[in-house]
Order: sequence, then structure tokens, then C-alpha cells
Amino acid sequence: MTLNDYDTGGFYDEMFDVAGHPRPEAQLLLETIGALRDGQLERCQQAAERILVQLGITFNVYGDSAGTERPFPFDLVPRIVTSGEWDWIERGLKQRIHALNAFIDDIYHDQKIIKDGIIPEEVVRSAAFYRPQCIGINPPKGVWCHITGSDLVRHGDGQIYVLEDNLRVPSGVSYMLENRDLMKRTFPQVFAGLRVRPVLEYPSYLLETLEAIAPTGVTTKPVVVLLTPGMYNSAYFEHSYLAQKMGIPLVEGRDLVVEDHTVWMRTTKGLRRVHVIYRRIDDDFLDPETFRPDSMLGVPGLVSAYRAGRVSLANAPGNGVADDKVMYSYVPDMIRYYEGEDAIIPNVQTFLCWRETDRQHVLQNLETLVVKAANEAGGYGMLVGPHSTAAEREAFADKIRANPRNYIAQPTLALSRVPTLIGDHLEGRHVDLRPYILYGDEIRVVPGGLTRVALRKGSLVVNSSQGGGSKDTWVLSAEPGDRG
Amino acid sequence: MNTESLPLLSRVADSVCWMARYIERAENVARFIGVNLNLQIDLPLAPAHQWQPLIDTSGDAAVFKERFGVATQTRVIEYLAYDLDNPNSIASCLRFARENARSVRETISSEMWAQVNSMYLQIQSQRSLPEPERMLDAFREIRMGCHLFEGVTDATMTHNEAWHFMRLGRMLERADKTSRILDVKYFMLLPSASDVGTPYDDIHWTAVLKSVSGFEMYRKKYGRITPSDVVDFLVLDSEFPRAVRFCVTSVAESLHSITGTPVGAFRYRSEQLMGQLRAELDFTSVTTVIRNGLHEYLDRLQYKMNEIDDSLRADFAMRPPQTQSQTQTAGAAQRAGEDANSKAGA
Repeated sequence: MTLNDYDTGGFYDEMFDVAGHPRPEAQLLLETIGALRDGQLERCQQAAERILVQLGITFNVYGDSAGTERPFPFDLVPRIVTSGEWDWIERGLKQRIHALNAFIDDIYHDQKIIKDGIIPEEVVRSAAFYRPQCIGINPPKGVWCHITGSDLVRHGDGQIYVLEDNLRVPSGVSYMLENRDLMKRTFPQVFAGLRVRPVLEYPSYLLETLEAIAPTGVTTKPVVVLLTPGMYNSAYFEHSYLAQKMGIPLVEGRDLVVEDHTVWMRTTKGLRRVHVIYRRIDDDFLDPETFRPDSMLGVPGLVSAYRAGRVSLANAPGNGVADDKVMYSYVPDMIRYYEGEDAIIPNVQTFLCWRETDRQHVLQNLETLVVKAANEAGGYGMLVGPHSTAAEREAFADKIRANPRNYIAQPTLALSRVPTLIGDHLEGRHVDLRPYILYGDEIRVVPGGLTRVALRKGSLVVNSSQGGGSKDTWVLSAEPGDRG
Repeated sequence: MNTESLPLLSRVADSVCWMARYIERAENVARFIGVNLNLQIDLPLAPAHQWQPLIDTSGDAAVFKERFGVATQTRVIEYLAYDLDNPNSIASCLRFARENARSVRETISSEMWAQVNSMYLQIQSQRSLPEPERMLDAFREIRMGCHLFEGVTDATMTHNEAWHFMRLGRMLERADKTSRILDVKYFMLLPSASDVGTPYDDIHWTAVLKSVSGFEMYRKKYGRITPSDVVDFLVLDSEFPRAVRFCVTSVAESLHSITGTPVGAFRYRSEQLMGQLRAELDFTSVTTVIRNGLHEYLDRLQYKMNEIDDSLRADFAMRPPQTQSQTQTAGAAQRAGEDANSKAGA
């Protein structure tokens, strides 16, 4: 397969430098791909897709009857991260998660950061996912964000930024693991000589993290379960996958019952105590007695058992306060405040529309900015300025003026690209990267992550429901040159 | 460190039991169709005589008549194999088996999941009846797929509590199907007393035995085919894996493995009923069964097995049968959130 007509299109390409020469870390992989016979890569790709369907590695498509399942598109060309860059990412993420955890703990206790004037109280209280029900709760070891999936992007300037933190119920880690399995199965020859760091420890690390946060006083091996909304949830595959890999029961709300501030599961031999719940249900649906009374997915009394320290929840309810996009803009301040350091990985420049000067700037520059609703995800409530019409910008300006607290704006990023198999040849497509950070006794980042790719030409949207797919992420264990 | 394994969630016990049951049901239906296709070549009969008994065996005669009228080969095969409105069709069974497997994917082995998923995908892609020359093969493949699932289950999954619940479901279903086919065929065959002992009769009884994959094994044990030996073999044999007694013994073994109660004693209602049925099968003779009326005997047997089914549900807090309808609304579970793989990278 020839790579001669590959065009970086003026974007930062993860495999080719500005002059179009292979980056050193991609050299070997590109040579291997270049040496493939015509059609061989496509055949591997088709084999991979067949495996996905055969194994039922799918997500559920909403709004479709009877829970239609589709495989999450997978592209065979991996994204490579050098050892040096990964070390930097790892340090940056550990620093960031440590600070965010301190922030959440502070917000539900003394609120020192507010008293010291770093973050306005109003911003905290108006955050959609701030949960006053969590005030005064002391999760084991003071850890709130046990599992985080931060989204990283590289801009045209070559710099990696944190785009958002995802501290509530981040998903996608099963694709990180499955993508690697798929690569090993369909394309084993490319691993030769590259020393790709393995990701397969993730389920063990996750289980260790969950066991580490067992309620105090539990002396036996804690009983850990994974709580799923059920098989019709879009991420059900991941729930069952992780439960299987960890060897823990996958439970639904109806399998659990709370008595005497203790959580039990209904088994064939009666009730059995549960110590730790890795819940994959949003806060609002966890416990109808505390949050949404109409939720049938959760467990009545669960939060009272949690508050009493009789069961641990991962992630802790209330984390969402830090997922607010206005709060995001304060993370560098949090890092300075709690860690006494500057942020290692920078934030994307963010304009807060409730600030008079920022708002004026945003309203005058809508055609170059990306405007986002502070509490939405999934690409909803968003305006991508350069791709918008005048009418859309006008409508968005009205929304911003009506509710400035709810909007932030950022420069439109030229996300970096990775060669991707399109038809019978490679074309550049935009990517982001979501590493997974675990926090139990210590903070750990598995070397890898989910690289999502916008498969549509020119698209910056990596969302699976909008033509996004994923790639394997190869973190190398040594700099090229000292292969051995 | 505590190495004693946790008891199974009741919901999981229910799902694995049904998963195995649906696979067994699919296998049986595939086999009945295959045998009938063969029989038709040997004995071309009026369709009503040829294909109606299959509908009778599945217990859907009224529904079928209302929807389709006369039982022709095409209609019966479509109804029994591919019709998703028929909850007992092969396609429905494999769909339900897969749904159950999906809900307990963390409990079963990956190999089991892959097998049930590929059978499901295979029958989903079958949009019309197979070509005549492909027909027998198609049903043979389904049968072998189900056997493969059973083999993969035994070879890749720990024979733990969940495995025993699967065996329980499989064997209850198998006993039910063997007793039904015997009931229907016996009822059909005996009235034509003039045919007893004729080649015609022989072909029919051979078909009955083949319906439960029992022809070869019967021959080894009894040689000539007589109705009473067939009944003895299919109901009271302790070694043939589709005989009612063999199935019931397996169910009892699994039940005692699950509860830990020694065989011969009981703590649960299901164990008590099971022990009574087992003793009866162990100590009855085929002469008594036939003298008192085979149909009545099989009827009582079915009743007792249903009773065992109900008591299992009560004893292990499993769902009553009607809630195994697979029609839970998807909406609530979907809305429960997660940021999923959603977000713009801009």
C-alpha cells in the first residue's frame, strides 16, 4: 500500500511532520503498512469488523425499537504516543485529578476555595450537578473521583490540552481494552519491534481501586459489585465486560435492597452484604429517596447507607459539580490553590459568558468560536462558529444573552489528525484521546486510552452517534532509537 | 482472604436457567422438523396428518389454526422455525436465549456468549425458508449449533452454581419435550390398531425415536421396535440422555448441588417434589404405565414437572414465568445516563 499521496492537509498529523516526513516513532509502523500488499489492510479491517459483530461488541442505539445494537466503528491504524509525551501526560493527569478531588472534598465541606475568593460561590451553587445532599459526606480515604476519563486534544500548535474531565460516569474503557485485543488478533505483525505498553492490567487496577475504598471496619475481602441500569443502556456491553474481567457480580437496582443502612443483594441463598458499588448509573437515578423520586433504576435508601459509611460508591455522588464547563475554567486555579503548582497540562482558553467583558468578546466573535452549554455533553447545545450559518449564530446570541451563566466559548481547535483507512487508502482524520485515571490508595493511569476519531471528512465531532469511531492507542515504552 | 464463592444473584439464576432452556427448545424444534422432513419422503401423507402433530407437540394448535388454517409443510416450518410472533419458534428461542445470555454475560464464558450470538445472527440473516435441497442441512446446523453450545458450556465454564442452574433448565425442558412428543405420537399411532406390527407402524415409531435422537441407542438395547419398549426407553431409561427419568435424575443432582442438601433428604419444597418424582420414576414399570394409560401418566408427569418449576422459582426467588417475556421497556434504562461515547471534540 503506497503512502506517497498521503496529505496532512495543513493539520498537525500524529504520524507525519510538517514537511510530510514520518515522525520517528511512526517510522516502523508506516514501513510495515507501506509493505502491505494492496487490499491487505482492508481485509484486516473487514476481519476486525466481523469479529466485533460476532462477539457482540456493540453499543445500543437509542430511539430505535428493541434496542438495536451496532458495533462502534474501529479503525485499524493506531495512534502512537511517545514514551516521553506519555510521562508528561501521566504527571499532568495525576496532578489534575489530585486537585479536582481536593476541590470536590472542599466544596462539600469547608468551601475554603470560595472563602478565599478563588471561585465565586454563585458559580458553584448554580452548577447543574452540584448536589447539596452530599455536604458533609466523608467517602473512605477522602477519595471522590475514583475513575476519571479526561479528554485530551492536540491543537494545531502541537500542544496537548485538557478539553474536559468527565468525573461522573466516564465510559469507553472497554473499547480501549477490546481495541487492543482486536489489533493483536487481526494485525499482529505491526507490534513487532515497537514495544507497545500493555493495557490489560486495567481491570486488575480497577478492582484494586474498588477494594481499596471498602467501608472502614470491613476485615474480610470486600464484596464489590457493578451496578448497571440494565441491558438496554447504551454502555451495557462495557458494564458486563468490566464485571466479567473483574469477576464481580453485575447487578441491577432490583437486585439490591437496603435494610438497616446496609446494602444487600438478593441471591439464591438469601440476602448477602455488599460493600462497594461501582455504579454506572448517574447520581439522579441512584436513589429515589434522595434524588429523582421517579427513578426505578436505583435502590431506595442507598444514599443513606452510603452516608452512614456502610457502603462505598464509585464514583462518589456529587462529583459532577466539577464537570460544569464554567468550573472547568477554574481548574488551573484549583491546581495552584491546592497543589501550589502550575497546571502541567494546560486548559483550552475559555470565555465565561457571565463575565461582561468575555460575553462581549464572544458575541462579537461567534463565527470563530465554539460555544458550549455549561452542563451539556454529547455535542448538544453547541455552536461550532466556523461551520455555522448567520441565523444559527443569531439564535445562539439570543440564548447567551438570556442565560449567560450557562454558556462558555472556546477558540475552534484544529484537532490533530491520524491516518485512517478510508476506502482503499489512508486519509487524515481528527482525533482526541481519553486516558483513564484510577484513584484508590494511589492515583494510577494505565498507559493508553480511548482514541476517538471523527470518521467523516473534515468533521471535528468524534461522538459515536455522529460518525465517530475509535482507534487503538499505542503508548511506547521507550524512545525510538533505543528499541531493543 | 475468603475464597468461598458468593451465591448467585436470583436474577442471574433465572436468566441462565432460561438461556439453557431456550437453547434446548430450539434444538428440539429443529430436530422435530428434520425428522418430519425425512418421514415425509418415506410416508407421503396428507399434510394435516404429517405436519399437524408438530404443532400439537408445541402446544400451539389453536393459535396456529386461527392464523394459518391447514398445517402445510411450508406454513408449519415457517411458523416453527422463523416466525418471530411465535414465542416458541427457533428464531424466537435463539433471540430469547441471546437476550438472557446478554444479561448474564459476566457470568457465562466468552465462548458461550460468542456461540449463542453467532447462532442468533445466523438465524436473523435467514429471511425466507431454505431451498429444498438446503432444508435438512439448515436444521441439522441449528441442532449442531445447540449441541456446540452445550459442549462449550461444559468445557469452558466452571461447574458452579450457575452451571447447575443451566443444567436444571436444560433438563427440565428436555424432559418436557420428550414426554410431549411421545404423548402426541402415541395418541396418533395407537388408534390404528390394524397397523400395529406393519412396516407402516415401524416407520412411525422409528420417527418417534429419531425425534429424540434415540433410534440407534434404542436398537442397541431392544432390537425390535415395540410400542411398550419405546415407552420404556423414552420414559424410564436411566442412561439415555433424553429419557424422562435420566433428565429428572440430572435435575435432582443439580438441585442438590445448588442447595448442598444430601440426596435423599430435602430442605426445600422443590427438593421434596423432585425426590418424589424421582422415586416414582425409579420404581415404576412400563407395564403399569401402559395399563393405567400412557396419556394419563404423561399428563401427570407434566403436571408434576410444572409444579417443580414453580417451586424452584419460589425457593430461589426467581421470577414467575410470565415475566420472562423479554418485553421490558427500554426507555428508562436508556435514559439513566452516562456521558457514553458522546461529546464533540471541538
